[in-house]
Amino acid sequence: MKIYATYNIKGGVGKTTAAVNLAHLSAADGQRTLLWDLDPQGAASFLFRIKPRVKGGGKALIRGTKTLGDAIKGTDFDLLDLLPADFTYRNMDLLLGTSERKQTRKIAQLLRPFAAEYDNVFLDCPPSISLVSENVMHAADVLLVPVIPTTLSVRTLDQLTEFVAGFDGERPQVRAFFSMADRRKKLHQEITKDLLAERSVVTQAAIPALSLIERMSVERAPVTAFAPRSQAARAYRALWSEVSS
Amino acid sequence: MISPGLRGYVHQTPAGDQENDDKIAGKDPAADLLPAALAALEQAFTVAGERAAPGSGTRRRTWLDTFDWRLYRAGLVLEFEQASRGGRLVLSKADGTPQAEQPVTGWPPRRPVQDLPPGPVRDRIVVLIWPRALLPVAGAVSTVSVTRLLNEDGKTVARLIADQSTTTSAPLTLAAAAAGSVVAGPAAGTTAELPLRLAVTEVRGYPAQARKAAALLAAVPGASPASQSVFIAALTALGRHPANNTNGVDAEITAPMPGPVAVARLLLRLLDTVELNVDGVLRDIDTEFLHDLRVAVRRTRSAIKLLGEVLPAEAAGHYAREFKWLGDLTTPTRDLDVHLLGFAAMTEQLLAAAPADLEPFRAFLVRRRAREFRRLAAALRSPRFRAITDDWRKALLAVCDASAPKKRRPPTAAELAFRTTGRAFARIAARGGAITPDSAPESLHDLRKRCKELRYLLEFFAPLHDPVAYRKVVGDLKQLQDCLGDFQDSQVQREEIGALAQEMLAEALAGHGTAPAATLLAMGEVAARLAVSQAEARADFARRFARFAGPAAQPRIRTLLAAPAGAGAGP
Repeated sequence: MKIYATYNIKGGVGKTTAAVNLAHLSAADGQRTLLWDLDPQGAASFLFRIKPRVKGGGKALIRGTKTLGDAIKGTDFDLLDLLPADFTYRNMDLLLGTSERKQTRKIAQLLRPFAAEYDNVFLDCPPSISLVSENVMHAADVLLVPVIPTTLSVRTLDQLTEFVAGFDGERPQVRAFFSMADRRKKLHQEITKDLLAERSVVTQAAIPALSLIERMSVERAPVTAFAPRSQAARAYRALWSEVSS
Repeated sequence: MISPGLRGYVHQTPAGDQENDDKIAGKDPAADLLPAALAALEQAFTVAGERAAPGSGTRRRTWLDTFDWRLYRAGLVLEFEQASRGGRLVLSKADGTPQAEQPVTGWPPRRPVQDLPPGPVRDRIVVLIWPRALLPVAGAVSTVSVTRLLNEDGKTVARLIADQSTTTSAPLTLAAAAAGSVVAGPAAGTTAELPLRLAVTEVRGYPAQARKAAALLAAVPGASPASQSVFIAALTALGRHPANNTNGVDAEITAPMPGPVAVARLLLRLLDTVELNVDGVLRDIDTEFLHDLRVAVRRTRSAIKLLGEVLPAEAAGHYAREFKWLGDLTTPTRDLDVHLLGFAAMTEQLLAAAPADLEPFRAFLVRRRAREFRRLAAALRSPRFRAITDDWRKALLAVCDASAPKKRRPPTAAELAFRTTGRAFARIAARGGAITPDSAPESLHDLRKRCKELRYLLEFFAPLHDPVAYRKVVGDLKQLQDCLGDFQDSQVQREEIGALAQEMLAEALAGHGTAPAATLLAMGEVAARLAVSQAEARADFARRFARFAGPAAQPRIRTLLAAPAGAGAGP
C-alpha cells in the first residue's frame, strides 16, 4: 500500500482537485484505491456526490470506537472508495493532542489494517500546519505539493522540504508540481523555468489553470472521468505517470 | 474488498449477504421482466444505464472440473473467465462465496493441474485434484448489462445487473458422452438458454439502498429468487448430472439375487469403468485414466478367478486370458507414470546428490514413457481390444438375461459372497500367519495379492455386509495392504531403477542419450532410500498383520462372514 498525500499550507491551490483526479486515475489503472477526505470542508466528498458525514465523527475514528472500514463509501468508479469528510474533522487537532503527548502517527496507525485491501491511498489534507498535517506527513510515502508559481509559494515549498528533512526515521518523498499555472503570465513562466532547473523535487508535469477543472464542482466528477481527452485530464495523467513511477 | 457489488456479482451471493444480493430468476421471458424491474426500481431511484461498466458486455466462461468431479464433490466451483487477452480462473464455493482467483494467459484444456501457473487458485486446488487434469464441463456466453441506481444527489448507490446466458455442454471426454449407460449427458455442443438473471449489487457503504432495491425487485410479478447457482442452473438446463466417474464398484446387487446375475452385474460395472476411461487414456489427459482402467481390469481378473465358477466356463477361461493380456499391456506405461509422478518427492529426499543430477534420468523416463504409451495406444485401438469389450458385454448381458431354469439352483449372491470371502480370509490367515522375519520376500508379495483379492471381494459384495464390521475390517485390511504395497513397490522400483540405469548406459554407449556419472550416483541414492523404505515396511508387517487377523480382530471378521446382511431373505 502506497500512501500519497496532497498538502499545502495554503488553501485554494488545487490540492483537492489533484487528489480527486489522481485517485481516479489510480483506480482506472486497476489499483485498488482509497481517498480519505480529511478536510472538514468536504470538497472531495462533494465531488464524488458523497455526503460529508461520518457516524460518530472524527472522534469515533481517532478513538477507535468506529473503524475506518465502517465509514468507507464506494464511489461511482470501480476500485475507488472514499472515506468521507466530516465537519468534526475541524477538531481533529484537539483529538490528536488530548493524550499525554501529541500523537503524530495516529493516521498512519489507523491506515495500517488496510494494507491488504488497497494498493494506493490518497489523503486530501486541509490547509494549515497542524497536528493533522504532521500526522499526514508521517503517514505518507509521497507528499504531493501543489505550488502556484509565485515567489512566496516557492519559499513555502522550501520551508516544507526542510521541515520534512528534520523527521526522525522514515520521511516522505516530497514531489511538488505547478498548479494553476498560467502560461500567459511572465512571472509564472520565469519561476517555472527557474524552479525546474534548481529543485529536483519539482515534477515536469504541471497542472495549468483551466476552467474545465473548475467545472468539476458542477459535474461533481473527476475531470479525468467526464472529460478524459481534455487538456486538463492529459495534464493529470502526465502528473500521475510521473509521481507513480 | 473494493466495490464489493461489482466483484461480488461474478459469484453467487455469499449466504450472509443474501438480502443485499438477491438473484432473481425470471419466469417470464427476458423481454418482459427487465422493463418491469426497471419500472419498479424507478419508484425509489433514478435509473441510468452504465455503458462499459466493469463486468458488462459479453462474458464467456467455462466451468472446469476433473473427470471424476473432484471439485464438485468438494463443494467448489471453478470457472475460467475468458478476456480479450488470456483470462482468469475464479474459484468459489458452491454457494458463490469467493475463494480465490488468479490470472492465466489462456486456458490450455486438459493439462494436469501441476502445469497450472503458480497462484492462489492452484494453491487451493492442487492437493485436492492432483494428479488429475482440469477439463471443461460446460460453457456459457452471457450478455450482461449494468444499470446504475442513483440517489437524490445523483450518486450511484446500487447496481442492477441483468445476465442473459446461453450455456453449452462440454462433455468431459467423448467416451463420457458416448457411454450413455454410465453417464447421463448430452452430446458436446448441446446448448440451452438460461432464464434471465437479475441481481442487485451493493455499493460499499450503501447497504440499505441495496436492500431496498432487492425488495422492489422481489415484488416484480414473474420474478422469483434464484435457488441455484448459474453453474448448477446450466448443468440442469443441459440435462447433465455430475457423475461418479470414480473407479468404485457400486453395482446393484442384493442378497437373494442369483449369484451369476450378481457377478455379471459386477463385471458389467467394471467393464463400464474400463470403457469410460479408454478415451482419456488414448488422449493422455492425465495418468488417472490409465490407473482407473488398470484397477478395473485387475478387479475383473480377480472376479473371474474367484467368482468365475458361476459363469459359463468357456467364457470365463477365455476372458481371463484376454484381461491378463490387457492388464500386462498397461503395466510398462503405468510403471513409468509412477516414477514420474513421484519424481519431485524423490528429488526432495536426496541428501548427497543434487536434484539437477537426476534430470537426465527424468528425460530418459519421459522418452521411455512416450515409447511405451505409443504401444499401449495402438493396442487399445486394436480389433482385439474392441472384441474383448464388445463380446464380453454381450456375454455378461446374456448371463443377466438367462431365464431358462437350470438343472441345479445357482447359489444366491449372499451364499457366493459368504463362501468366497470366507475362503479368501482363510488363505490370508494361513499364509500370513506362516510368515516369519526370515521368510522370503516372495511370501509377502504373494500375501499382497491375496489381500487384494479379499479387498475386491469385500468391495464387490459391500452392500451385503454389516456396515460397521465392514468399515473396520476394510480399514485394517487397507493398512496391511499399504504396508505390503510399500514393501513390494520399494523393491520393484529399486530393481527397475537398476534396470533403467543399465538401459541408460546402453543407450549412451550407442550414442542415443547421456548417462552422466552424477546421474547414476543420484539414482543409486534413490535406490538406497527405497531399500530403507522396504526395510521399514518389513519391520511394520507383523504389527499390521496382527491388527488385521489377530485375536482382537476375530470377532468382527466372524460378524462379517457369518451374516451377510439379508442373506437368504426376500428382496
